[in-house]
Amino acid sequence: MQLTNRSKVVTKPEMTWVEKLYLPAILGGLQITIKHLFKKKATVKYPEVKKEFAPVYRGMHVLKRDEQGRENCTACGLCAVSCPAEAITMDAAERQKGEEHLYREEKYAAKYEINMLRCIYCGLCEEACPKDAIYLTDRIVPSEYTRGEFVFGKDMLVERIDDRVDVSKRKKEYSI
Amino acid sequence: MSVLVFKAILVVVLFLVSLGIAAYSTYAERKVAAFLQDRIGPDRAGPFGLLQPIADGVKMFLKEEIIPTLSDKFLFILGPSMFMVTTLMVSAVIPWGMPLEIGGEMFALQVADVNIGILYVLGVVSLGVYGIMIGGWASNNKYALLGAIRASSQMISYELAMGMSVVAILLMTNGSLSINHIVEAQGTGKLYGFINVSGMNWNVFYQPVAFLIFLICAFAEANRTPFDLPESESELIGGFHTEYSSMKLGLYLFGEYINMFISSAIISCLFFGGYNFPGIEYLGTILPHNIVSIISVLVLFGKIFFFIFFFMWVRWTIPRFRYDQLMRLGWQILMPIAIVNVLLTALGITLFGN
Repeated sequence: MQLTNRSKVVTKPEMTWVEKLYLPAILGGLQITIKHLFKKKATVKYPEVKKEFAPVYRGMHVLKRDEQGRENCTACGLCAVSCPAEAITMDAAERQKGEEHLYREEKYAAKYEINMLRCIYCGLCEEACPKDAIYLTDRIVPSEYTRGEFVFGKDMLVERIDDRVDVSKRKKEYSI
Repeated sequence: MSVLVFKAILVVVLFLVSLGIAAYSTYAERKVAAFLQDRIGPDRAGPFGLLQPIADGVKMFLKEEIIPTLSDKFLFILGPSMFMVTTLMVSAVIPWGMPLEIGGEMFALQVADVNIGILYVLGVVSLGVYGIMIGGWASNNKYALLGAIRASSQMISYELAMGMSVVAILLMTNGSLSINHIVEAQGTGKLYGFINVSGMNWNVFYQPVAFLIFLICAFAEANRTPFDLPESESELIGGFHTEYSSMKLGLYLFGEYINMFISSAIISCLFFGGYNFPGIEYLGTILPHNIVSIISVLVLFGKIFFFIFFFMWVRWTIPRFRYDQLMRLGWQILMPIAIVNVLLTALGITLFGN
């Protein structure tokens, strides 16, 4: 019984004498393969040539500083709340007199840790951050020997003043 | 310089050249494979990866040598040695170029101009099957044994068609079995009797069918894709060399590439005029004899390299045959065609002279 008219009868036609020789088909195949000899190669010579990551690539986190080199993070904890993997923990502290050149606002994160093994690199911390402080970059998380070493503290996460991390690709234009 | 000294030098040079070409064939194989697949292949060892064969060789020598406990130790070692020896032996009867003139004497660039050259080639090539069979049997491993069985049946089957296709060539040269004669005959006379290009009277223009059969059989004899059933990695792990390691495995792999080199040389000699090239007579009148000889050697090597490339090219084009298809092709298709070809050639020669 035919339920729909989409069924198709498949037939295997008898091969002609020329087709049975297989030689024309083999020559056709040889032609196709020789064409690839002259094609542009897909290989990227990795350590020398590095391919640019896509703008949506979510790699290792960075804690940004502002133009004057002060840390943006105010330890509000929104990133930790938004984190579905519960990878982020932090301790807040109050800025003392004379530390204005280190921290942008009165409150800052004395301790800020991301467990890179828990992190699922979803980027929700970046979206939650109201202070432009945390971004996922195109850097690859370095390998470590023990699980403990994968809990990255501020020494690994905060960008260095002399070695800024470019996150312009990750900055989104919001229109409300 | 006596003939013996010259021949001894030639043997050593040939041995080294064969090994060198085999080594660089492994490199070329990987490069060609890569290029045909839009990759660039090995390029880390030296410029363009040119030192890769040396690195591979060092690796092979440094690997642990394992001889299975339950194997037949003597045969296990004999297998790869025999395979290597037989593949190297064939190069003795191939004329590598026009004779060299040293101190007023002529020296043929051929180790032994035996008058049964072709027969010798076929004989030694069929000895090569013992290397594989003994190796597979001595391993005491079912995969190795299966590979060895496949190899022996395949090589024996395709030898028949190969021999038959050569018979047609022999008829063309008045039944001379000497490869030297066959090559020389292709360098003289006019193509089809009227096209006057010196050194272009190649057998392939008269015997395209024999050439095709010989080419296909050469693929089967050298265990190359599409006939690489003896070692088919996807079915038999490594086929007959499953149990081999270190340089004994190296010998098998090397032997395969030397086989390819020698097969290409024989194809060039039998069908593509060997060291002859168009315009060889004209060059002989304007250049010293020895220079023309060297050019002829280079031309032969050019032809050989083309066929080695062709072997690799086909490898990345055609998938492997099934075992029954392989046997059907050998016995039911190639054999009859080869016999009919011999009969037609004989008829043609009787009717039209030569």
